[in-house]
Amino acid sequence: MVDTTQTQQAQGQPLQFYETEEHHPQTGTMLGFWLYLMSDCLIFASLFATYGVLGRSYAGGPTGAELFDLPLVAMNTALLLLSSITYGFAMLEMQKNRVRGTIGWLLITGLFGVGFLSLELYEFAHLIHVGAGPQTSAFLTSFFALVGTHGLHVFFGIVWLVTLCFQLRKHGLIPENKRRVACLSMFWHFLDVVWIGVFTFVYLMGVLV
Amino acid sequence: MFDQIDLTKLIFGRLTWEAIPYHEPILIATFAAVVLGGIALLGALTYFRLWGYLWREWFTSIDHKKIGIMYIILALVMLLRGFADAIMMRIQQAWAFGDSAGYLPPDHYDQIFTAHGVIMIFFVAMPLVTGIMNYVVPLQIGARDVAFPFLNNFSFWMTTSGAVLVMVSLFIGEFAKTGWLAYPPLAGIDKSPGVGVDYYIWALQIAGVGTLLSGVNLLVTIVKMRAPGMTMMKMPVFTWTALCTNVLIVAAFPVLTAVLAMLTLDRYLGTNFFTEDLGGNAMMYINLIWIWGHPEVYILILPAFGVFSEIVSTYSGKRLFGYASMVYATVVITVLSYLVWLHHFFTMGSGASVNSFFGITTMIISIPTGAKVFNWLFTMYRGRIRFDVPMLWTVGFMVTFVIGGMTGVLLAVPPADFVLHNSLFLIAHFHNVIIGGVLFGMLAAITYWFPKAFGFKLDPFWGKVSFWFWLTGFYFAFMPLYVLGLMGVTRRMSQFDDPSLQIWFQVAAFGAVLIAIGIAAFLIQLVVSFMRRESLRDETGDPWDGRTLEWSTSSPPPAYNFAFTPRVHDLDAWWQMKQHGYKRPESGFLPIHMPKNTGAGIILAGISTVLGFALIWHMWLLAGVSFLGLLVVAIGHTFNYNRDYHIPVEEVVRVEAERTRVLANHG
Repeated sequence: MVDTTQTQQAQGQPLQFYETEEHHPQTGTMLGFWLYLMSDCLIFASLFATYGVLGRSYAGGPTGAELFDLPLVAMNTALLLLSSITYGFAMLEMQKNRVRGTIGWLLITGLFGVGFLSLELYEFAHLIHVGAGPQTSAFLTSFFALVGTHGLHVFFGIVWLVTLCFQLRKHGLIPENKRRVACLSMFWHFLDVVWIGVFTFVYLMGVLV
Repeated sequence: MFDQIDLTKLIFGRLTWEAIPYHEPILIATFAAVVLGGIALLGALTYFRLWGYLWREWFTSIDHKKIGIMYIILALVMLLRGFADAIMMRIQQAWAFGDSAGYLPPDHYDQIFTAHGVIMIFFVAMPLVTGIMNYVVPLQIGARDVAFPFLNNFSFWMTTSGAVLVMVSLFIGEFAKTGWLAYPPLAGIDKSPGVGVDYYIWALQIAGVGTLLSGVNLLVTIVKMRAPGMTMMKMPVFTWTALCTNVLIVAAFPVLTAVLAMLTLDRYLGTNFFTEDLGGNAMMYINLIWIWGHPEVYILILPAFGVFSEIVSTYSGKRLFGYASMVYATVVITVLSYLVWLHHFFTMGSGASVNSFFGITTMIISIPTGAKVFNWLFTMYRGRIRFDVPMLWTVGFMVTFVIGGMTGVLLAVPPADFVLHNSLFLIAHFHNVIIGGVLFGMLAAITYWFPKAFGFKLDPFWGKVSFWFWLTGFYFAFMPLYVLGLMGVTRRMSQFDDPSLQIWFQVAAFGAVLIAIGIAAFLIQLVVSFMRRESLRDETGDPWDGRTLEWSTSSPPPAYNFAFTPRVHDLDAWWQMKQHGYKRPESGFLPIHMPKNTGAGIILAGISTVLGFALIWHMWLLAGVSFLGLLVVAIGHTFNYNRDYHIPVEEVVRVEAERTRVLANHG
């Protein structure tokens, strides 16, 4: 702190105490969205921790090994991972400034998301049907909470995605929209990463006896 | 016939006329007072035609300065409610001995201590801290607003929405009777079937959204929007503590959101997170809520440390002693605050090694905190100290907080904690650090920055009256609780058998009366200062011979804060500017790019209040409609791309010429 003062004075320049040009601070949207995502990540961390503690409290009810249908979950995982790839294509189209291509790939991403949610709802309905609903045991409570919270995020991601498609059609690839597409991209990939945790920690480890 | 019943249930849920507590005279009298006061206030606003002004200039404002002031007004209003609860408890405990049951039935008393804790932490301390950060941080770093001005307005209204729900619970239904953290199984649906815990949950969830977003907002503001030349180690200490506090907010509040959501599922859907059967585990709740709860107390105290650092160096006329160690101490406390949560329940029985770990980490926190106290002392050492009111609060803090810190270290010893757990000793300890630390800090901050915000100083006489009554009142009110705690008296009791205890409670009640006078003196101070504002006027913008950038602009600052963005060369930027004979620029102004006001924040928060109320009372139809409304308004807001404008250069020239004139007159 003293150094700048001394060097500048040694060179005989008076200190400049204000900017005479218009000053543009850096935009913080990306950083802000990152911070939001990390806070969201902590919600998932709490749910994972709860699952970690309660995940084997079957209370005499069914266990994960008895309930989980791995082929279905594999299908689901594939849908979600593919949706991340198609979102990547949307980003590439956006970088080439092609609105229609961007919207197209976004819609395909959304369809994969809908597919994922449909399978998840089917799984939930099936579990409840066989008497393994969230009230059955602490294990199922924490299972439904963790997987359901992820599903809820995917649902709101789809709502956002559809909204964004309308905004892209209306205003094209203006800087605001590009920023929004990039934010949703981070959100979408983040959900993918969380799902990989769910897939491994809940389903794969759940079927191990 | 059945259809009709179902329809009523769909619309009104659990809400019936029974929910209005007309059989409780205390509540009816309060309700009457609130209604009359409310009608008087609304009538006055209408009579003086202030609605349009309030809506345009305040409610929809996204100016960080106005939002900061609104946060502080919210906090002061809620302080009166929280303190009313406190003094009711003090009277009850001083009275209810032997045959006398006092005047509060246990059912009511339990709601009062819960409401007192919830209100004081979430709706007094948090808005005070957030309000001061909102006001001061952008000015200290030479920015024109925060990073996300709309979110800032939205955050404020969400906090207010939570406060509104807590207030509504006073007159419609009941509040939680569980203590301020609503531990299950007591807070579960079996033991608390009423709406009290649901009010608690939804008020905190809605306010929590606001807190989290304002945390993200201020964090990005500090990281991205500092004036050129202001490197991290040239940031004012208050900004540093604000940075650490917002890191803590972003990293702690999601845990609260998650754990309250789980409690909600237990209560609404009959799941088994924290139930006593089917594998539920209530200790999971207690762990999670303290993983949020312990960082929370540092969220409150760190900005207070920052305030004291600014004040001590300003009123000692010296550069802060040990700036770098102050910064490192703050960061160390930030990290350590995550490693101590288990000391809140050593009695859980996690075994000697776990308890020792958490006991030791807790004791370690006293080291950086102690370093801070020495830094303040050394700053004062050989300084030219001026004992203005903010400095009085600071000295009062240093003495009081050290006592509270020492009793904290006592409680950190697990075997001692087994004796003192949930006793009045603990109550005395945390009031000692929260009142002596956070509250003194925020009152000091209000006194210190008031002339910046309003253009005139607070009247020092009433400020001193307030300080001395607060300080002595605090000691009278809480020292007896240390004694009672050591004698084994537990917290949250509404009646006592042993008459030998009564004298201590009477002394404590006397202390509460002194504090009441302190609060009254503070309010009188606001009125007196307003009446005498011409003689207390600050025309220079720098009433205390300050050191940081907020004192370089006018009091109150123009909407754009700085006509030209400052360039920083030194930690005490404004001090250095004064030393170098800085000449304020009087020409060459440019139009200034600023964000536009919007009503979206208050509308969204209003709908959230309705949604919360509907969920509390199981009014599923209203809940569905308001949720959809929330979604539609939120999405609609994203279609608004026209969010900023330029303040024309003529306007800037006019404002700056006015300031030149005032400064010239001042001489």
